[in-house]
Amino acid sequence: MERHFDEELQSLHKDILRMGALAQEAIYKSVEALKNRDRTTAEEIIKGDSKIDHLEVDIDEKCIDLIARHQPLASDLRFITTGMKINTELERIADLAVDISQRVLELSDKPLLKPLIDIPKLSAIAQDMVRDAIDSFIKKDAGLAREVVLSDSEADKLRNYVQNELVNDYMAKDASTADRAVPLLLVARHLERVCDHATNIAEDVVYMVEAKVIKHHPESLQ
Amino acid sequence: MQKIEVKKLNLWYADFHALKDVDVSIGEKKITAVIGPSGCGKSTLLRVFNRMNDLIEGVRISGEVFIDAENILAAQADLVKLRKKVGMVFQRPNPFPLSIYENIIFGPRIHGFENRYELDRIVEKSLSSVLLWDELKDKLNKPALLLSLEQKQRLCIARLIAVKSDVLLMDEPCSTLDPQATARIEELMRELKNNYTIIIVTHNMQQAARVSDDAGFMLLGELVEFGRTDDVFTRPQDKRTEDYITGRYG
Repeated sequence: MERHFDEELQSLHKDILRMGALAQEAIYKSVEALKNRDRTTAEEIIKGDSKIDHLEVDIDEKCIDLIARHQPLASDLRFITTGMKINTELERIADLAVDISQRVLELSDKPLLKPLIDIPKLSAIAQDMVRDAIDSFIKKDAGLAREVVLSDSEADKLRNYVQNELVNDYMAKDASTADRAVPLLLVARHLERVCDHATNIAEDVVYMVEAKVIKHHPESLQ
Repeated sequence: MQKIEVKKLNLWYADFHALKDVDVSIGEKKITAVIGPSGCGKSTLLRVFNRMNDLIEGVRISGEVFIDAENILAAQADLVKLRKKVGMVFQRPNPFPLSIYENIIFGPRIHGFENRYELDRIVEKSLSSVLLWDELKDKLNKPALLLSLEQKQRLCIARLIAVKSDVLLMDEPCSTLDPQATARIEELMRELKNNYTIIIVTHNMQQAARVSDDAGFMLLGELVEFGRTDDVFTRPQDKRTEDYITGRYG
């Protein structure tokens, strides 16, 4: 039986997808700005964040309104509560794009410390994880969501590698490199946080689809 | 601990098969909600527990229903004792056209209580249990029919407490009450479950979710799903339950 409520859920679904697209775009552009040392794009990302903030508030209000008016249960309840959580994660991903953009501004007038090799790799993982997490939400695909969760360890390893390299090979040997090494170190940290948020989205998707809590239960991924 | 065990229960109203192979265990001192669309058999199931269906012509029952390990469907079951133990609250409160005091002592008198001091004590205890004593202690001789709907419903629950029922069957007990009175009756149910086993039939899904510990979903005479209320309302196992509680059934 088709319900009017379904139309409202569809509308919420579309808003979350729009939020996902904006967050993905912000991350992609911030990493491109870093690679190209592009101040203009970095400034655009910082300026454009308020649009994402507003959408986050709109989605939250829509979710609260749906809960208040329809008192949803079962899969409807799981969809709305998951939608609210994903909304927050996406807004934080967009905030991290802003953080990366600020690092781009800090680095743009300084010579590059080293060729960027591992940070683009980490950014590729982060973007794949965000894309797959959102896809798993769209397709209600708990299998894909689990794959996203599993790939987080790779991001952690790469972040540690970048960190060790910048600290041991540069800052420890020559303290004057710190003003160029620290922003890169932070970028790696920001990207790793993006991966964490993608992981959270994926864990929420598994709950939405299967009503199983896998958060903090690594054994349930097997 | 289980208070009621239902095993392979079937019930027919003449040719109509109203309950089909129902198996369920109902926990002691818990609130169990039975939900389902109209005509699914939930009130019929409720009435099995104090054999109210016996009053309907053409009813046939098979299976077993144990309350405190005693098969209440057995031929030798003592119905007076059963209906004392298992009381029922109906959709519309039905106080007798007597005083508040007389309503409460009606049951105990039938069961042989005559001592005035004892009866006074029962009245105070029963009305206190439903949080009516303070409101009504000075109006005990007033007609019960003058009470508000909510007070009447509380009085009906007090009547069951007066005869020391320990299973309370509630058939849509709040359907005629406003939201505030409903909230107060639900609060009372939570209080009562410390001492009583409560089974509530309700069409109000939110009420079932709010008030019960366990919940069962019935459809076409079948108990489709039974489990912890948290599970039934957030992660139902059967698609028919999911469809019903999300309003897709129809």
